[in-house]
Amino acid sequence: MTGLSAIELADVVKEYHSHGEVVQAVKGVTLGIGEGEFFSLLGPSGCGKTTTMRMIAGFEAPTKGVVKLYGQDVTDVPPNKRDVNMVFQSYALFPHMSVWDNVAFGLKQRKVAQAEIRRRVGEMLEIIGLTGREKRMPRALSGGQQQRVALARALVNQPRALLLDEPLGALDLKLRQAMQIELKRIQREVGITFVYVTHDQSEALTMSDRIAVMNDGVVEQLAGPREIYERPATAFVAGFIGTSNLLAGAATGGEMKVGGGRVLVPGHDGDVTVTVRPEKITIGTDEPAQGLSAVKGTVSEVVYLGTYNSYAVSLADGAEITVFQQNAHDATATAERGDSVWLSWQAQHSYVIGS
Amino acid sequence: MRGGRAGDRLLHLYTWLIILWLSSPIAVMILFGFNDKRSKSNTTWQGFTLRWYAELFDISDLTTALANSLKIAVASTVITVVIGTMLGLALGRHRFRGSGVTNFLVFAAISTPELVMGASLLSLFVSGNVPRDSVTIIVAHVLFSLSFVVVTVRARVVTLDPSLEEAARDLGAGAWATFRLVTLPSIMPAVLAGGMLSFALSIDDYVVTSFVNGSTVTFPLWIVGAVKTGIPAQVNVMGTLLFGAGVLIAVGNAVAARRRS
Ligand SMILES: Nc1ncnc2c1ncn2[C@@H]1O[C@H](COP(=O)(O)OP(=O)(O)OP(=O)(O)O)[C@@H](O)[C@H]1O
Ligand SMILES: [Mg+2]
Repeated sequence: MTGLSAIELADVVKEYHSHGEVVQAVKGVTLGIGEGEFFSLLGPSGCGKTTTMRMIAGFEAPTKGVVKLYGQDVTDVPPNKRDVNMVFQSYALFPHMSVWDNVAFGLKQRKVAQAEIRRRVGEMLEIIGLTGREKRMPRALSGGQQQRVALARALVNQPRALLLDEPLGALDLKLRQAMQIELKRIQREVGITFVYVTHDQSEALTMSDRIAVMNDGVVEQLAGPREIYERPATAFVAGFIGTSNLLAGAATGGEMKVGGGRVLVPGHDGDVTVTVRPEKITIGTDEPAQGLSAVKGTVSEVVYLGTYNSYAVSLADGAEITVFQQNAHDATATAERGDSVWLSWQAQHSYVIGS
Repeated sequence: MRGGRAGDRLLHLYTWLIILWLSSPIAVMILFGFNDKRSKSNTTWQGFTLRWYAELFDISDLTTALANSLKIAVASTVITVVIGTMLGLALGRHRFRGSGVTNFLVFAAISTPELVMGASLLSLFVSGNVPRDSVTIIVAHVLFSLSFVVVTVRARVVTLDPSLEEAARDLGAGAWATFRLVTLPSIMPAVLAGGMLSFALSIDDYVVTSFVNGSTVTFPLWIVGAVKTGIPAQVNVMGTLLFGAGVLIAVGNAVAARRRS
């Protein structure tokens, strides 16, 4: 972040009225997106990601709150007067226009000179690798190519921010991964702020500088990918991002008794909930050393997953813990179904999420 | 597959019979435009002539009637297409106060018998002291063809991706530019189809027109009036030319559609 906020939302609320009922799609979102940042809105279906993005683009007026672009209040500015462009999930390419006319549309609307339009559209088609196909109609293009045209049509206007609503949702996995890398490259090259909506957590984690994890109309956590993964702020974030184990209990003297063992929670007392990622846990038969969190359980399931094994371990109190163990040296599992095992991890890997 | 082949042949025969049946009135109309008839009636073949084409506009009442019909058809089609497209867009896109009633009225206008519509329009005009002339005919024609345009446009609009228009707005187009550059081209096939339909409905309408025409005579009214004394062959020629224009438009449309895809 360069300090200057490209996009700011201040306590934005959006209510829809449908069939006499009021639906709060966004319930007070406040966030700032830095210039040149790759910013993701991540969350499950229906959490309000699209609504939030549409308020930035200007397609929806907030019921309450303020939207600012580069410090300027644009809450009441229509979309055609906002210096941001959007890539739609359905691409929304104009079906009766060629690739060239689609890409040139925004520049023509802004009354850019003919020669300048030719130069910029030509350059843009080169960047997205569609030179030579400018006369094609959108329906004569593959899904991936249509996706690129949609991207080019927005980027050619050199907007101050590009809004992308699940732009890769309609592509198959291979193409999706290739486009993720491509998008990231283009973003670095043009240096434009990207606001990226997705419900795919791995996509958000690999591409973003920062992520806002949304749930039910509110931002649960706003942080970098590493922090969101390592230190989820709420039980929802812990559960939504990757696999995560939740342990709850009463702590005394910085130690929580659970499942015939202990979880170290230095500095906490009373009822606490702790998350710990499956790959931080070591599985073994010997009792772990003091100074580690350690619990005892029975292996209820072992799944071979190629690069690692996944164990499900049932604790004495009924809680189930998932453990990932890398297949580093040999492919044989450390423990079998029904084995009695010890699980251990370092104190710093237990992350307390509210008490 | 012997049985299959016999079945195929039967199907072919059947298809050709249907085509023959459908096209025979048209063929007769065209043929009798070349009939070198001597009597008043034009029902028996008496030899080939191009006379009626040369004397096409010699019956001045008939020529006036055709001109009236063409003017009325063009005017009512333009008005119908403009209003119908706006209505179709509104009904296909939005739910608003009164949209249910409007939808119902659109359907009611299609299903109302022409006799009823003509009679009630006449009493409306009479009680409102409106003089009957080509204007009242145009009003009536707009009324009965409007629903067809609304229905075709609405059917197209509901299949449109709403984000197309949003994309145009997003790229800097104002409301009018969005409509002109994106919405209208997307619904154009439906608008054209609706326009052709209302032109066709207008040019040959007899029933409703006969109630509201006043002293204005249209092509169909003139022909019906001439039935007793014998229909001149010029009518066949005019019918042939109208039909030919229709075929040209249909073929042109099909070619354009093929080129587009
Ligand atoms: N036009 C609308 N009228 C009424 N309710 C709406 C409207 N648009 C969205 N909603 C509701 O608002 C909530 C948030 O919708 P939104 O489209 O922002 O979710 P999303 O996070 O983008 O979900 P998805 O991942 O499925 O696209 C949903 O409960 C949705 O049903
Ligand atoms: Mg969405």
